Amino acid sequence: MSMMNRLLPQPLFSVFLLLVWLLLVNTVAPGHLVLGTVLAIALPLFSSRFWPDRPRIHSPWKLLRYIAVLLWDIGLANLAVARLILGPTRKLRPAFIHLPLDLQNEFAISVLASTISLTPGTVSSDLSADRKTLLIHALDVEDEAAVIAAIKQRYEQPLREIFEPC
Amino acid sequence: MLETLIALFLVIGGAFALIGSIGLARLPDLFTRLHGPTKATTVGVGGILIASVLHFSSRGDGLSLHELLVTLFLFITAPISAYLIARAMLHLRGGKES
Repeated sequence: MSMMNRLLPQPLFSVFLLLVWLLLVNTVAPGHLVLGTVLAIALPLFSSRFWPDRPRIHSPWKLLRYIAVLLWDIGLANLAVARLILGPTRKLRPAFIHLPLDLQNEFAISVLASTISLTPGTVSSDLSADRKTLLIHALDVEDEAAVIAAIKQRYEQPLREIFEPC
Repeated sequence: MLETLIALFLVIGGAFALIGSIGLARLPDLFTRLHGPTKATTVGVGGILIASVLHFSSRGDGLSLHELLVTLFLFITAPISAYLIARAMLHLRGGKES
């Protein structure tokens, strides 16, 4: 088991690298499967020093579900933003929102910040120095508390379950 | 039939890319302008990539999926560039938000 651990410190990361390699060469020829596998094992080994605080994915299935929800929301976000852009711009109520963070893992926070930027009418703009507050710019805000509650429930909660279950 | 579908995705993709660019020109300030490129363009590029997958997979050379990578890299990089621009602007204003 420890041998396995040393060879494959981040098994999911390795699977991901293999997939990326196969997509990059756009074929599943045996030669590329071998080369991709070698890269998928070698790259995490060589880059492990750059990951002092290695993100652990505790629940891959929840991660898949999170990605599905995210893709769906990105589609909706596009429709919503398209409507706002084409509508009367004077009616927009842009505002800054301070989102108090419960997440502690740095990788999870950056995933959350990216998610916020990709979803309806919000762009994350600044992380406070103590990493406890994320500053978000929103295009059209009706109720600040509702936006915060929605982000917490829809994205932050699942991310906590994926990266840092207690 | 397939060509119609490909054309449809190309039109959807093109329309959203256009809307994103209109947003860039039309919205009033830097922060609101960030919203167009980070979102409307993701579906814009996505639509064009789906059309590309369909087109090149139907030519008989097997499935073509490396377009998925473009989507992946776009989703990773778009929020980061938006974050950088927003943060640079906040610094120029001395950390004040309005």
